[in-house]
Amino acid sequence: MKAEQHAPSPLSESVATEGPEVWELRLYVAGKTAKSVAALENLTRLCEREMPGKYKIEVVDLLVHPQLAKGDQILAIPTLVRKLPQPIRKVIGDLSNTERTLVGLQLRPAEN
Amino acid sequence: MAVETQRTSSPTLPKTPSGIRGLDEITLGGLPRGRPTLVCGAAGCGKTLLAMEFLVRGATEFDERGVFVAFEETAEELAENVRSLGFDVQRLIEQDRLAIDHVRVERSEIEETGEYDLDGLFIRLGHAIDTIGAKRVVLDTLETLFGGLSNETILRSELRRLFQWLKDKGVTAVITAERGDGSLTRQGLEEYVSDCVIVLDHRVVENLSTRRLRIVKYRGSVHGTNEYPFLIDETGVVVLPITSMGLNHDVSDEFVSTGVSKLDAMLGEGLYRGSSVLISGTAGTGKTTLASHMADASCRRGERCLYLGYEEPANQLVRNMRSVGLDLRPWIDKGLLHVHAMRPTSHGVEAHLIGLYRLVESLRPGLVVVDPLTALFHAGSTVDAQSMLTRTLDFLKARQVTAVLTSLSHGGDHLERTQAAVSSLTDTWILMRDIELGGERNRGLYVLKSRGMAHSNQIREFLLTERGIELQEAYVGAEGVLTGSMRVAQEARERAAALTRQHEIERRKRELDRRRQALEAEIASKREQFASEEEELMTLLDEDRAAAEQAARDRTAMGRSRRAGAPATDGQRQRTPGNKRQTTEK
Repeated sequence: MKAEQHAPSPLSESVATEGPEVWELRLYVAGKTAKSVAALENLTRLCEREMPGKYKIEVVDLLVHPQLAKGDQILAIPTLVRKLPQPIRKVIGDLSNTERTLVGLQLRPAEN
Repeated sequence: MAVETQRTSSPTLPKTPSGIRGLDEITLGGLPRGRPTLVCGAAGCGKTLLAMEFLVRGATEFDERGVFVAFEETAEELAENVRSLGFDVQRLIEQDRLAIDHVRVERSEIEETGEYDLDGLFIRLGHAIDTIGAKRVVLDTLETLFGGLSNETILRSELRRLFQWLKDKGVTAVITAERGDGSLTRQGLEEYVSDCVIVLDHRVVENLSTRRLRIVKYRGSVHGTNEYPFLIDETGVVVLPITSMGLNHDVSDEFVSTGVSKLDAMLGEGLYRGSSVLISGTAGTGKTTLASHMADASCRRGERCLYLGYEEPANQLVRNMRSVGLDLRPWIDKGLLHVHAMRPTSHGVEAHLIGLYRLVESLRPGLVVVDPLTALFHAGSTVDAQSMLTRTLDFLKARQVTAVLTSLSHGGDHLERTQAAVSSLTDTWILMRDIELGGERNRGLYVLKSRGMAHSNQIREFLLTERGIELQEAYVGAEGVLTGSMRVAQEARERAAALTRQHEIERRKRELDRRRQALEAEIASKREQFASEEEELMTLLDEDRAAAEQAARDRTAMGRSRRAGAPATDGQRQRTPGNKRQTTEK
């Protein structure tokens, strides 16, 4: 059901490590907008820094696969969905605020 | 259930019929085609149902497919909720005539960071529209987004873009929103949707809840501006007025009987088909009985009759009417008479009248009895009731249904005045009244007005007998109008007087007979006397003739003897003149 589209950046190569914890992330975009590109860049940078080798990023372009928006209840673009570990978390926006992204992904506890 | 809606007021603004009964009349054709319409109102006032009906009617009646974007309920919940209205959403979805997309916005699982837009929603919506070729879209309730997303600036600009996008798509959209304090919607959505705004309201007045609908704005079109009551019942949303507001009905020249022949005669020939009759009177004057007669007459003609009773249940009505010799039970069993009894306070006034509307639509009766009409005034304000009533009478008249309305006048009221000026709306007004005279109350009936009929101006006495209603000519004479036992007494007196006269005549007749008999007897006796005298005379004549003959013989004999010389005796001489007379006579 999932259509995978990997970003061309080498950093976005799916990297799986031998640890039990694999972060399965999916980024929904709608075409190559500035926001989408920024979001993907921000995400990859963050992942490389926080959990190198333990993550997997899947990029879904809704312009190509509009039917996929329903499954993950996508409204806003870009939306990052943490599929694993459960429960599902969503971060919307271009992920320019790293702290908030980390809170959203529950890599950091919320400040307040 | 075809709704005449193609009555467009302006040729420039195309409209999409909603298919919701009444709404298309108020909007003079429907919602603006290809534009968004905002439906706002407080929680529980029927926004979602109205929106869903818009789609379902579109799919089933106008062949316009629809997409329902639900922000609050899942597709299953929605389908479940509207199933009670007879909408088979599941089937429409299977037939690709309807699509439901549940958009769930859960703030707790969403973190926002940086710039974003709502392209995801656009894509989903666009995808749903394109998949089934939808012409209608519902967004229910868009403002949920404000609860799920915190960046209001983005949200507002995105909503503006959404409405423009919907227009560009050419879909007729209904967007629902919660009503806010001091503004139509909580988030001021009316700023974005400027073509048509409908406000729903659910208000409780005197313990009775009434739903109302008002069109606040309809750019480029004329529309009804009032607050119109509406109802959600088992077949969907119904907005009153349920009929057009004009007064151009077909009229019938046909008469229908009231079931009381003397009343028909009073009215001319009966009632005009499709006219409305008001029977007013104080308690116990026989309004229900008269109305039941009319119902009975309708059933006898083989026409269905709808009887709306607000005072007594059907069985009680049947029992009570049996006591005056009117058996309604067979008509009920045959399905000709439909008695719907309910308490007036069980619904609001418009619910009653919409119920009436629906029953009339399904039963197609020739006669509708509302007994008593005044009960409806307890179910809402007088103003409401009157406007409802006007529409109802128009509705019935347009369908050539004869309406019989009873109206209870209270003791203190002037009898010739009805609540809410009902009388001016009806064509015929029969007034039943108590006539108090000689220590008793009797029922009187007269026709106060009857449009287009040469009706009687007489007050008749109205009797409830074992054989039904009987109208008596009231006694009008030198002693005034008499009713009841006084009339009976007067009639008895008149009968006695007549009897006396009869006796007198007979006596005189006998007297005359007697005299005639006496006269005839006298004549007979005189004639007898005359006859005996005549007989006597004849005898005398015979004797005389015999004597003359004897004399002649004697003379001959004497002549013979004279030759012997013997003179005639005195006796023989005396007979000589008779003999002479006889000769002169010859």
